[in-house]
Amino acid sequence: MATIVGAITTSHVPAIGRAIVDGRQEEPYWKAFFEGYAGVRDWLARVKPDVAIVIYNDHGLNFFLDKMPTFAVGAADQYSNADEGWGLPVATPVKGDAALSWRLIEGLVAEDFDITTCQEMLVDHAFCIPLGLCWPGPEPAPVRTVPISINTVQHPLPSAARCFKLGRALGRAIEADPSDARVVIIGTGGLSHQLDGERAGFINKPFDLMCMDRLVAEPEALLHYSTRDLVRLAGSQGVELLMWIAARGALLGEVTRAHSQYHIPISNTAAGVLVLDNDRADGRRLVA
Amino acid sequence: MGDTPISEEIFGTTIFDGEQARKGYALNKMCFSLNDAANRAAFLADEAVYCARFNLTPQQVSAVRSHNVLQLIAAGGNAYYLAKLAGTLGLNMQDIGAQQTGVSVETFKARLLAAAH
Repeated sequence: MATIVGAITTSHVPAIGRAIVDGRQEEPYWKAFFEGYAGVRDWLARVKPDVAIVIYNDHGLNFFLDKMPTFAVGAADQYSNADEGWGLPVATPVKGDAALSWRLIEGLVAEDFDITTCQEMLVDHAFCIPLGLCWPGPEPAPVRTVPISINTVQHPLPSAARCFKLGRALGRAIEADPSDARVVIIGTGGLSHQLDGERAGFINKPFDLMCMDRLVAEPEALLHYSTRDLVRLAGSQGVELLMWIAARGALLGEVTRAHSQYHIPISNTAAGVLVLDNDRADGRRLVA
Repeated sequence: MGDTPISEEIFGTTIFDGEQARKGYALNKMCFSLNDAANRAAFLADEAVYCARFNLTPQQVSAVRSHNVLQLIAAGGNAYYLAKLAGTLGLNMQDIGAQQTGVSVETFKARLLAAAH
C-alpha cells in the first residue's frame, strides 16, 4: 500500500523564482530565507518520496474566470509551466502519474467531493517554485506529481473546514492505494500577505505563528475561521493558508514537526515553511 | 461558524466575489491575455488600441489609462490578473503597494520589514 511520509507547506511567491533564476541566494536579503530550505532537503533525503501531491492555487495561468473550479485535480503524465506574464523563465516540465491521479479521483468523488478533472493542466509558479526549493537545480523534480488546485481567485472560496476534509479524503485515498508509492504532500501559499487595496502590505506575524503551531497537533483549532475571517486576519492572498490546511488534512497518522522557518518579508509576504512527519497510528516508524 | 464573528467590512479590501467577477470580467480578460508575450508587446505598443479588442467599460478604459491600481480594483480588477498588467508595465509588488498606500517605495519596504518585529 502507498505510504504518506509527511507534508511540506511553504510559501510560493514569484520573487523567490526570480531570485533563483538570478542566483541571488547568498545575498543578504535572501540568505536566511534560502537557508531555511536546507532542513527541508535533509528531510526529503531521509524520507525519500517518489510521489509529490502538490496542493496549490492557480493564479490565472490554467484557469480564467470563464470556468473556475473550486477543486481541480490533474490527471496527466506530464505537467508544463507557461509564461505567466511577468518575465519568469518557463520552468521545466515535471512528471505526472495519470493512473495514480485517477485512483485518487475515484476516492475523492466516492467521498462526495465534486472535483474537476484535468487531463491537460498548466501548472503555475505556485506549483513550480516549491518543487524548485525542495529539489534545486536544472533537472526536473525527481518525483511523479499530482497537482490539486484550490480556488482562491474568486469568492466564495471553499471553507477551511472543507479544505481540511478534502485533505482527509485525499489521505484515505492514498493510504488505500495498491501501489507502493511513498507520497509527500506539498501545500503551497501564504503566509499572511495582501497585494491589493489600501491595506496592501498587510502582514500578521502573531496569526501566522499561531497557525504554524496549531497545524502540527491541533489543526482542528483553525477550522472555525470563515474565508472572510482569513482575509481579515491573513490578508486577501493570505487565504492561501487553505492549502496548508488541506495538506495537513491528508496526514492521518501521528504528526510531529520535523522542521520550520518563518521569515519576514519576502516581497510583500510573510514567508513560512513547515515540514511535518506522519507516523502511522500503529506506531510503525515510516522513516528508518 | 464558531465564535469568531464574520467581518462585514475589512479596511482597504475589496472581496473579489461574484459581483466583482461580473463587473470586472472584460478587464480581467484583457489582463489574462497578457500571459502571452506577443500580447504584452501589442499592449505596450498602443494600450488603447489593444484594450479596444476587449470591450472594456468606460470606467475600465479610464482605469487602465491611469495605471492606478485602486482605480483598476474599483473597475472590477482582480489582484491575480492585475499582477500581469503590473508586470507588463514593469511595476513590481512593492511599486504597486506603494502606489496603493500613498507612500514612497522605500517607506513601503520599511513597513514590510517592520512587520517582522
